[in-house]
Order: sequence, then C-alpha cells, then structure tokens
Amino acid sequence: MTLSSQIVQFLFTGITIGSIYAMVGLGFNIIYNSTGIINFAQGEFVMLGGMVMVWLTTMVNLPMPLAFILTVAIVTVIGALFERLAIYPLKKPSVLILIIITLAGSIIFKGSAMLIWGKETHTLPHISGEEPIEFMGATILPQTLWIIAVLAVIVTLLAVFFNFTMVGKAMRACSVNPTAASLVGINVRRIVLLSFALSAGIGAVAGIVFTPMVLMEYDRGAMLALKGFCAAVLGGLGNGVGAVVAGLLIGILESFGAGFISSGYKDGIALLILLIVLIIKPSGLFGVSEASKLKEF
Amino acid sequence: MLRLQNLNTYYGEIHVLKNISLHIQEGEMVTLIGANGAGKSTMLNSISGIVGAKSGAILYNGTDISNMSPDRIVQQGISQVPEGRQLFAPLSVEDNLRLGAYTRYGKENKKEIQKDLETVYALFPRLKERERQYAGTLSGGEQQMLAMGRALMCRPKLLILDEPSMGLAPLIISEIFKTIARLRDTQKTTLFVVEQNARVALKYADRGYVMETGKIMLEGNSRDLLENKEVQRAYLGKQKKPIWE
Ligand SMILES: Nc1ncnc2c1ncn2[C@@H]1O[C@H](COP(=O)(O)OP(=O)(O)OP(=O)(O)O)[C@@H](O)[C@H]1O
Ligand SMILES: [Mg+2]
Repeated sequence: MTLSSQIVQFLFTGITIGSIYAMVGLGFNIIYNSTGIINFAQGEFVMLGGMVMVWLTTMVNLPMPLAFILTVAIVTVIGALFERLAIYPLKKPSVLILIIITLAGSIIFKGSAMLIWGKETHTLPHISGEEPIEFMGATILPQTLWIIAVLAVIVTLLAVFFNFTMVGKAMRACSVNPTAASLVGINVRRIVLLSFALSAGIGAVAGIVFTPMVLMEYDRGAMLALKGFCAAVLGGLGNGVGAVVAGLLIGILESFGAGFISSGYKDGIALLILLIVLIIKPSGLFGVSEASKLKEF
Repeated sequence: MLRLQNLNTYYGEIHVLKNISLHIQEGEMVTLIGANGAGKSTMLNSISGIVGAKSGAILYNGTDISNMSPDRIVQQGISQVPEGRQLFAPLSVEDNLRLGAYTRYGKENKKEIQKDLETVYALFPRLKERERQYAGTLSGGEQQMLAMGRALMCRPKLLILDEPSMGLAPLIISEIFKTIARLRDTQKTTLFVVEQNARVALKYADRGYVMETGKIMLEGNSRDLLENKEVQRAYLGKQKKPIWE
C-alpha cells in the first residue's frame, strides 16, 4: 500500500468514527442548550440504539426498515422517560446534582443492558453488504458511506428544525433566555423533555449505523460519551456546527494517530486534544469567549 | 379584571412583597411607581407566574392564577414586557415577534397571526424595516419596541410593562408612552405599567400606586398623585426639603 492510499484509508476510517462522535456531540449540545447540563448518559443512547436494533432484527426477526423506526422510537421514549423520572421531579437542581444524576442514569442504562442482553458482543449485518469499494488505492466499506450520509441527513434535518419550525425556534429561545421564553408562553419544561427525546433519538440512529462496523456491547457507551463530549467542548459547547467539525477532526486525528504512531494511543488522542484546547482556548475552537464566561458549566 | 389580595412573596428568607393588595379595572391604564429595589419587578413576575407567591391571591377575572405556570398565564391573556427587554438576541426581529404568538400556533389560522404581525409593524414601522436583522443588534429604543411588539403578538387582554422608559431618550420615551396610551384607547387593552419615571407615567396613566420597600404606600388617580407633596419630593424631584419624615 502506498503512502497516499494509506492516507486516504486513514482519512475514511477517521471520518467514519468521527461522524459517530459528531452525532454524540450533537446530542450533548441539544440537551446542554435547553438545560445547561452535560448529559453523561448520552453514550448510553448510542449503545441502546445498537442493542435494541440487534434484538429486533435477530431475536424478533423484524425487517430492517421497520426495526430501524421502532428502535429509534423506543430509545426516544427511553430518553423522554429518563427526563420525566430523573430530571423533571427536581425543583431548582444545581448543575452538580444534575450531572451526578445523568452519571447515575448512565450506570443504570449500562446495568440494565447487561441484564437484558448479557455481556457478550453483538453485531448487525451491513446495510449494503460488505463488498469494499476501491477508491484511490484505499478500500472503503459501503457502511462508511451510509454513516456519512446519515450524519448529513441529521445535520440537515436539525438545521431545518431549528431555523424553520416554531418548536425549533422555541428551543433556541429557551436556550438564550428561559425566563423570556416562559413569558411568551413557551412551556420550558416541555422543551427540556423534547431535547432529551431528540438527543436520545439521534443517539439511537448513531448506534444503529455504527454497530455493523464494531461489536456493540453493554459497556460501550462510556467511551462514546467521552469522545462525543470532547467533540462538543472542542466545538464550543452548544455550537452544533462546531460539534460536527470537531467530531470529524477528532476521528481523523485518532485514525492517523493509530495508523502512524500506535493504536494504543488512539483513545488518548481525543483527551490530549481536549486538554490542549481547554488550556489555550477554553471556549472551544468555535466558541465565543464572552459567552463562555457566563456559562455555569 | 386583576386583583392582588394580601400577596406575600419571598426570595428564600427575604420578604420582598409585604401584603400587597391592588386592583386594575378593565380598560384602565394603571401605573406603579417606586424606587430601586422596592419590589416592582417582583410583583410583575408574581403576576406572570415566574416567581411563586407564598400567600395571598392573584385573581384574574375572578380565578386565582397564583399557582399557574407562566405559559398558562400567557394563554389566559396576560402578557409581560420584561425589564431590560429580554429579547432573543440571536434570533431575527420577525422570529422574536412570531415567538410572541407561540401559544397561538396550532390553535389558530396562520393568517390571523400574519395579520397581527402586520399590525405590530404598522404600530412600529421601524421594526418592519429591520425584520431580518438580529434582535441583539437593534438600538435600545428599537429593542423596547420589539419587546412590546412581541408581547402584543399573543393578543393580550392585560399587558404589563416593566420600566419601558429605562435607558431611553426623552423623545423616544414619550413616543413609547403615546403608543401605550393608544393601545388603551383604540384596542381596549388593559395596561399595568411599572415606572421610575413618575412624571411621564402619571401623565398618561389613569391611576397610580406608589410602592416603597415591598409595601403600597399611596394610591390614587394620576392627577392627585402628581399633586401629592411626597410624590413630588421623592419621585418628581420638585421640593428638596422633606415634608414629612
Ligand atoms: N432572584 C432574586 N433572588 C433574590 N433576591 C432578589 C431576586 N430578585 C430580586 N431580589 C431582591 O428583591 C428586592 C426587590 O427587587 P425587584 O427587582 O422586584 O425591585 P424593583 O422594584 O423592580 O427595582 P428596580 O427599579 O431597580 O428594577 C431587591 O432587594 C432585590 O435584591
Ligand atoms: Mg425592576
């Protein structure tokens, strides 16, 4: 393999995993914008998406498209229930309490997944088979293209939702000024509920397209949450475009690091980038520094 | 239309509203004047459901709304123009106005909302010129107009305004107050205006209340209050010597 084809290969591998980080980062941002909290259970939604999809296709034997819709619906409901049972009952919770609750949530999700589906790994068939495509000397799996396409669709739908629908605008209004939002008659608690449902849904989609590329298991959520968190912070917390760019960037750097240095350093790279950015520009690559001073977290 | 009965509001241990009672009749423009920290904004936020009342009642057309959520209160027809405008800065002027009609979407024909949008633009032509501009980039006067326009988009029966004159030049202040008085005269909107600028507030309002450290000290029609020696001294800066203290 020549160097240039190696570079193309690493690039595609990086974009694939980076797309997943981007989706997790988007999920973080949606909840952060409406509540100001970091939902550490975000990675569990990805894990649940993969697991429920495996269960519906292999155990229940549903056809793929139906299983896809059902999986997203089920995980979305789980996200909504999590908000109603764990976040909603609190009156005036502090940021610290909320973070501890989402951490507890992630442990509960992980434990339940282990009890239901066991400790073994699960996988799914690729959407369009595993026949690789030759591209500039590199071999690319069709699933890679699916993942990139899914990210593009999610980003487009979110852009339309936040810019052209009343509910999307109301969500933005809540994130800039919750008091003013309630003064115009927006039910802020309902927006919080919606943001959890939406993030869970996006997480589920990420899990479904990601599972064929890796082996999904009950405890995969934490690492995904960490990488997605790095993407969200690197892109500037709350900044959707930032999270996508940063997610892809982390994925690509990881892939090059693993290819050219050693795969042992792969997970360290995201954290190293995060640390460097937090020291040099704490508001993230695309964040506004004035805004970050006002943030509670 | 609105009646506060022995309202008490606390922030933690701090007792801010102390046994407040007042009333506003339909079609009236009533003003509330008081110094900084008297509790005026707290009173409006209690009415809007942002701050919970500890005891007492807020009767709106006979029903107690003191335990209602802010969005339900807006649906009942009470809309607030908050202190300091509180616009959605990164959203456009038009989006800010449309969000004002948030409770009406899905219930009413979109044409009705569009019609009201045009009405607001007719009231404040400067907003129409800037409809695509971000709200955060407007001048102070324009921001006040937008805040009022946004509050009007839900078709309030009772519009409450918190210091609409704050930070504005005298010419703009009278323009704003003329618009407020016009709402009362032409649209029969009931108005409750909190002000520190007692002169202009009492010039346009029918009646007024004076509030000091959480208590209502005086009430009366605007002309009587303007002639009251204590009001003149404390809020109009006329007589420097204290009359009674
Ligand atoms: N969120 C809050 N938490 C604690 N105390 C508060 C809060 N908001 C207001 N207060 C206190 O309540 C008192 C009344 O405040 P309020 O804002 O109602 O006054 P105001 O009459 O509107 O003053 P101004 O004319 O300056 O706007 C003040 O002493 C203030 O410090
Ligand atoms: Mg005030």
